[in-house]
Amino acid sequence: MTPSQIVQSGGIELAVYEWGKPGKKKPTIVLVHGYPDAASVWKQTAEILSQRYYVVAYDVRGAGRSSTPDHTAAYALDHLVADLAAVVDITSPDKPVHLVCHDWGSIQCWEAVTTERMQGRIASYTSISGPSIDHASYWIMNRLRSGSPEKIAQVGRQLAHSWYIGMFQLPVLAPALWKGGLDKLWPTLLEKVEGIGEVEASPTQTRDGANGVNLYRANFVQRLINPQERRTELPVQLIVPRGDKFMVQEIWDDLPQWVPNLWRREVDAGHWLQVSHPELVAAQAAEFVDFVESGEETPALKRARVREERRGKAHSGKLVVITGAGSGFGRETALLFAEAGADVIAVDINLEAAERTAELSRLLGAQAWARQTDVGSIEQMQALAAWVEQELGAPDIVVNNAGIGVAGSFFDTSDADWERVLRVNLWGVIHGSRLFGKQMIAAGKRGHIVNVASMGGFTPSRFMSAYNTSKAAVMMLSDCIRAELADHKIDVSTICPGLSITNITQSTRFVGASPEEEARRQQKATQLYQKRNLKPQTIARAIVDAVEHKRAEVPVGVEAHGSRLLSRFFPALSRRLARLDVAP
Amino acid sequence: MSEAWIPSAGELAGFRKAQRLAYDCAEAITAEMKPGMTERHVAARMKEYLLDHGADDCFHEPFAWFGDRTAFRGLIAVKQLGGFNPAFYPGLRRLEENMPFILDCAPTIQGCTADIGYCGVIGHNAILDRLMDDLIEYRQLILQQVKARRPLAEISRAVDALCAKHGYDPRHKAYPFETLAHRIEKLKDDGKKSHLKIANFGVRNISELLRDKLRGAREGWNPIWNSSDASQHVPTPGLWAVEPHLGFRDVGAKWEELLVVTDTDAFWLDDDVPHVRRWAQRGLWKQAA
Repeated sequence: MTPSQIVQSGGIELAVYEWGKPGKKKPTIVLVHGYPDAASVWKQTAEILSQRYYVVAYDVRGAGRSSTPDHTAAYALDHLVADLAAVVDITSPDKPVHLVCHDWGSIQCWEAVTTERMQGRIASYTSISGPSIDHASYWIMNRLRSGSPEKIAQVGRQLAHSWYIGMFQLPVLAPALWKGGLDKLWPTLLEKVEGIGEVEASPTQTRDGANGVNLYRANFVQRLINPQERRTELPVQLIVPRGDKFMVQEIWDDLPQWVPNLWRREVDAGHWLQVSHPELVAAQAAEFVDFVESGEETPALKRARVREERRGKAHSGKLVVITGAGSGFGRETALLFAEAGADVIAVDINLEAAERTAELSRLLGAQAWARQTDVGSIEQMQALAAWVEQELGAPDIVVNNAGIGVAGSFFDTSDADWERVLRVNLWGVIHGSRLFGKQMIAAGKRGHIVNVASMGGFTPSRFMSAYNTSKAAVMMLSDCIRAELADHKIDVSTICPGLSITNITQSTRFVGASPEEEARRQQKATQLYQKRNLKPQTIARAIVDAVEHKRAEVPVGVEAHGSRLLSRFFPALSRRLARLDVAP
Repeated sequence: MSEAWIPSAGELAGFRKAQRLAYDCAEAITAEMKPGMTERHVAARMKEYLLDHGADDCFHEPFAWFGDRTAFRGLIAVKQLGGFNPAFYPGLRRLEENMPFILDCAPTIQGCTADIGYCGVIGHNAILDRLMDDLIEYRQLILQQVKARRPLAEISRAVDALCAKHGYDPRHKAYPFETLAHRIEKLKDDGKKSHLKIANFGVRNISELLRDKLRGAREGWNPIWNSSDASQHVPTPGLWAVEPHLGFRDVGAKWEELLVVTDTDAFWLDDDVPHVRRWAQRGLWKQAA
């Protein structure tokens, strides 16, 4: 890579690289590299970003083609911030820039966004694998002072990940290693340790490695011993690679205390993710820049926004899909999960009802979306699953709850009635379990699928042949897929509610009855269920409880428990009772 | 039904005056409310205000509910004892910032009684805002159905259904007899400065309600408007204090106003009330009109 211009900063010459042209409406993105890299580490990411943005990168002092200061103190953070400011002033004199920084670049940029020097010159900050040293110092002290063995262990683990920092404080050793062959070995090391193949050997690797040691020497001890409270109101996006060998994920836990406008995303990658996953880094950086420029927050960013008050709840950060969420158990389940910290996708055939559930969930602090879907339609369920996967990723919990009722004589139940009830009650569960189960497996999620059956699934009755058959099928389906999904640590629960008050009684089709008679029976059934007073909240609590305690089969209500015992231990009596004409 | 009382224009002016006083009281006391005050303190301040401004009797002494008591959670939800529950009375709960509150008072001036409900918050409460916005639909639904002469029980069930659609609990069902509304009758203006109260309820007003109950039992109507079969009759002419009360989680909200029912029509006694002004401010009222 050849620099497009040289920028002067405090006697140092900084090599600057540009991709694309600046434009009035084009945001400017400045990329800052880490240690032991040079600007070239951003090459692929910059090329992708330059399709839509004006992209700038530079070699940090002492690295790449920038000149080298003659003493260690010249690597102090205030000089590094001055360098960044010099580059930004030359390349984007009129507009604040969006920073995307990695490793030591990120450490420098924390200094830039939390101090006065560059105020008004930065629009947003995407930080990868480099905490503020001051934040890290507070993080360590808070944990050591907490006296909690678990927290002290976190510090221990972070120190073990930072072994090299201590080594860098020793005189001579680290630079000598770089000069004595580590530079040549580096691409091989990256491949062996990080799994990044075909890394081009950087022509400046020796000085990138040897000079950069001064970054640590000039700053670490000073800041760790005497940290300052560093805050910023700027929008900050944190990208956390789960496989980072130099960082424990807990290091970011206290960040909301310093950064109120924070988005956090975790990705399955190692430390150098801009090399291993340039498309992903470019896409997430672009998404954030677009959001800050336009104010339009994508669903993924909404999910990623760190909401301090939501942390530490039982289902914080989880994504729950609930079908039939517009009323009854579905709505109550959505609200319970929302209260417990989860985000919710409310699915219903009635969009207005689903929207309402989503809105109530938001009032409880959740992010929530409403989707209109007929669960019996494979096309619509595929479209739903595709939307969820693309916009929000695989869900953690899926509640296949949507159902309809049919009652009456077997001989009055038409083919159409059978198809309707099986389509929604059985096929809806098949589609939901299969589509979302696949997503969970692909994403390696130890998720949970909840299928709502009914006490009808084990309670034979002369006037419920279609409905009870569909629910019995759901129970067996759940038992079979539970066995298979156990390999993937995905749990499956079957919920069997008793006579609970929901819309289902008001919309149950009573076959073989005139419209007036049907309305009368619906009314009667509703009144009967109201007298029983088994509330949707009770069923919803059973669903959440089944997820929390990994329960396989959960009857809800004394009648459901009773009927289950009857069908197990006195099946003949259960069959006998099925003959009773207790239809409303 | 025998000769029903249909209030004259002059009588309506008297009731309007009483209702204005009640809402002025709620707004004035709200302006002095601060975190740390108890329900009892606030209710007592309301009573003082009403007496200072000419109230000579009441349907009931002022109520104040704070926090989850606005949604009638906890002891206040106990429905035994025929609906009367000491937990309804103002207690020692202290107001906190962002905590919802409900004030409910029912002063009588010169024989005209009002009964109002007013809710608010010192600070901000997103759930309360949503509830208060949605309460507009209940005001419209009730008036529209009364004008259509629907049986009162059916209207009450339609209110229940709207609650279900919204995802709210109809908390007026925690009032004595699951009251959505109750009758208000004109009392004699005897010129006395104060009248007897028992257990915080005005004896004259409650006597009227009991008389209505007896008369209603004879004539086939119910002075308590709820979802039960006893209210399965066309709207009875006269004045009704209507009080839909919604609850979502630990937040409750209500308004209460007098509805004037004539033989053929119905209208709200006064549109110049705080919740209507709030809806107008938020652009909800115009859409509705």
